Amino acid sequence: MIAMRDVWGGKLVELGSADPRTVVLDADLANSTKADKFAKAHPGRFFQMGIGEQNLIGVAAGLAAVGYVPWTSSFTVFFTHRAVDPIRMLVAQSHANVKIVGSYSGLLVGAVGKTHLDIEDLAIMRAMPDIAVLVPADEVELLAMMDWAQAYEGPVYLRVVRDAVPDILDPGYTFVPGAVYPLRSGTDVALVSTGPQTGRVLAAHDQLAAHGISATVVHVPSLKPLDEDALRTVLQGHGLIVTTEEHSIYGGLGGLVAEVLTASGPAPRIERIGVNDMWGESASDDFLLNKHGLSPEKITVRVRRLLDLRVPAELDR
Amino acid sequence: MTTDANSSERQPDFGSLAQQARWQVIKTVTSSKAGHIGGPLSMMDLLVCLYFGELNIRPENPHWADRDRFILSKGHAAIGLYSVLALRGFLPIEELATFDHGDSRLQGHPDQTRLPGLDASTGSLGQGLSVGVGIALGAQLSGKGFHTWVMLGDGEIQEGMVWEAVQVAARYKLDNLTAIVDRNGLQQFGLPSSAETTQTDRGDRRDPWFGVDLAAVFQAFGWRVLEIDGHDYGQIQDAYRLARAGDFTRRPTVIIAHTVKGKGLSLAEGVHTWHSIVPSAEDFERARQELEPDEIDLLDSTSTFRTELQHDRHA
Repeated sequence: MIAMRDVWGGKLVELGSADPRTVVLDADLANSTKADKFAKAHPGRFFQMGIGEQNLIGVAAGLAAVGYVPWTSSFTVFFTHRAVDPIRMLVAQSHANVKIVGSYSGLLVGAVGKTHLDIEDLAIMRAMPDIAVLVPADEVELLAMMDWAQAYEGPVYLRVVRDAVPDILDPGYTFVPGAVYPLRSGTDVALVSTGPQTGRVLAAHDQLAAHGISATVVHVPSLKPLDEDALRTVLQGHGLIVTTEEHSIYGGLGGLVAEVLTASGPAPRIERIGVNDMWGESASDDFLLNKHGLSPEKITVRVRRLLDLRVPAELDR
Repeated sequence: MTTDANSSERQPDFGSLAQQARWQVIKTVTSSKAGHIGGPLSMMDLLVCLYFGELNIRPENPHWADRDRFILSKGHAAIGLYSVLALRGFLPIEELATFDHGDSRLQGHPDQTRLPGLDASTGSLGQGLSVGVGIALGAQLSGKGFHTWVMLGDGEIQEGMVWEAVQVAARYKLDNLTAIVDRNGLQQFGLPSSAETTQTDRGDRRDPWFGVDLAAVFQAFGWRVLEIDGHDYGQIQDAYRLARAGDFTRRPTVIIAHTVKGKGLSLAEGVHTWHSIVPSAEDFERARQELEPDEIDLLDSTSTFRTELQHDRHA
């Protein structure tokens, strides 16, 4: 397993070699995001914008307007918050061919605290028309999404976590924008997740199975576009849906699932696991996953409770 | 070799064109009952000189890859740009009547996804220069020789993002980029005059940059500064030629053009309340008396000029 940022940086180098239109713009974080690999391999197409993310987005839009394919490098929070206005007007509204990559996304970005933990990016980006919102689960999916984004003529937001994550998808995986991916089929509960959280959900699936609980697992890598019918179909027949994400429970995957399922008649019970209307904090990965109910163990306990099952004391810590 | 006599014959009548464009602004804003007047009028001479005297563009082929680029960063002055684009042949004059209407290509702020001829969508202030930097950087990277022009308001450049772009343009030596600052000294509301600001006040309002030497600021950021009267066609043309010619130290150029907000309409000149206003029937009549040209004659002369200019460029 290699860190997702290294996967991203390495793939950028490859895209840069294969397609001379590829350019990278950095806001002084390339040695964190690993865009520095591209800077080393293709120095003439690496542009240092300095610490100015708003201008970075505008320059990217300008480069796209004359035929380049710009990829951006900074932390998620500085794009989706600091630069949200230029992203909105110059990229999404202008349908600019810019690939906005939020690096260091989700909760597990080291001990940085609430300032750097972006738990609202999916809600913000998903509310914007005309920009794809993609959340890769592992290396295979990240590489597939980057290939797709490079070929797609239009704006993309790609949410990339910092560290290594377990491989969960087959090497033969094909990314289809809007598609949902049923990974396990069960009867008692459906677990819906996105990004590397899907790996933890698969672990929760196994723990539940050990207790005789049969869970469906659905991975949703593309929050926009989304094949809503496909999502409804894979969740059909389930009376209990549990969404889990490294994001606020407002407006991200949980919100999306609730919107889709309540739009067509009586809906099943939908429980949303995520950051429950509070800010992040400096802490270890384990601390944050446990606190926000995102670890496999916490998901297992939550599901048992929701199914009105007794939770053994040793599980409920 | 063109003789002086010939070139003076070929020289477009900037004054008449600007007057007609100003009249289109007033007419359109009045009939659409929405829009801005002060800003479109202050930049009009600069815009007319650019579109009829400087930009290498093809109205019949607005996506031509080697065209000069123009970005109206002060997007609220859209109706000013639409009027000039109409006179220059990018859209029918009659289409101006659809300004600000649903489904119109002429939105309240420029929307490049709707109207060919726009090189950026703008409206949220302070963002156009960044796009210009990206386009100029792309031109440099691909060896294209076209020039990129960005029109900014002097109120607009209070936005911090502008100064991020200013830094990067100098760092990458973008002498194929020119910013024009429409220095009309007024913004929508700003601050009232006070005892110590009266010398530079416009009307009863304070200059947005009171106490700041804007030319020195741009210079300190590594830009070449040209400071002109933004209503003097000779000075404007000279500044454009210098800007395009580039700078031997490869600095980007800023033209600080001193203008009068609402220029050309006596009621509006230097009056901040004319920033965004729908003229009353009475004011519209006064505007008609001051600005209404003999439209048929003027339209004939501009279309003749257009044909000549296109012939010239394609030759």
